[in-house]
Amino acid sequence: MNSIKPYVMVTGALFVLLVITVGAAYVNLGAFNTPVAMLISLSKASLIVLFFMHVRHSNPLIHIFVLVGFFWLGIMLTLSLSDFLTRHP
Amino acid sequence: MSAESPVAHQFEDAAQQREAATLGMWVFLATEVLFFGAMFLGYTVYRLKYPEVFRMASEHTIIVIGTINTGILLLSSFTMVLAVRAAEFKRRMALIAFLSVTALFGIAFLVLKGFEYAHEINEGLFPGSHFQFTEADPYTARMFFYLYFLMTGVHALHVTIGVIMLVIFALRAMLTLKLERLSTAVDLLGLYWHFVDIVWVFLFPLIYLVDRHS
Repeated sequence: MNSIKPYVMVTGALFVLLVITVGAAYVNLGAFNTPVAMLISLSKASLIVLFFMHVRHSNPLIHIFVLVGFFWLGIMLTLSLSDFLTRHP
Repeated sequence: MSAESPVAHQFEDAAQQREAATLGMWVFLATEVLFFGAMFLGYTVYRLKYPEVFRMASEHTIIVIGTINTGILLLSSFTMVLAVRAAEFKRRMALIAFLSVTALFGIAFLVLKGFEYAHEINEGLFPGSHFQFTEADPYTARMFFYLYFLMTGVHALHVTIGVIMLVIFALRAMLTLKLERLSTAVDLLGLYWHFVDIVWVFLFPLIYLVDRHS
């Protein structure tokens, strides 16, 4: 907690991921370009939530509230897309 | 959290008070996740329906500005976390400095975004009566730019609010005698600022990096 070293390392990792995501966009990965980009974004978001937002050292109640926010988002995306993707015109 | 910090009568101690404040901030952020989530869902549906038009429309956004702006926000999150740390250790000068630098990064982000908006509006890409897009069906392309201006606009509004709060907090850090009163508030502002950064982390690839290889 007293050292800023973890923060420096996380910031470095975020910049490495930024370079990777821009680079990957120029490589033809077929159908996987967008999933790869989203996976990298998810990794960046996780680093920010765990280290910068201190969720790693938070109590379980905070963990539940953080997860619930994203869980509702998951329900919205999954149920809406399960309808949209399985529709036959 | 220091022992001498003021505790409201409904709390056992300062630590519990701080926990309650943090929890409240996360409840607010959960509503923000859903607020932005609905727009991301709209984007996803239209992108799946018109992948080709979205790819062509995305090429009109300025990737250099998008990438630099992502870097600026990541750096601003780093300086924000240092501001939170400075508040915790009651280092007044460091707190004022890091809050100010974070605000400056936010302003730099907004200025660059403004340049990009001006360019796109000049190109006739703002969805309205002057909208023009010749490469593909303009009605579909307009949907991309509608989502683009809506999502980045709402995000920029969040950055603007963050910058205003950072300036107010920097002034409070200069004027207040008891720095410990500010510590929890700076902590919560940090959570908000990092959240706004996370929204951009997802916006960036969806707007600027749509199959750039082809």
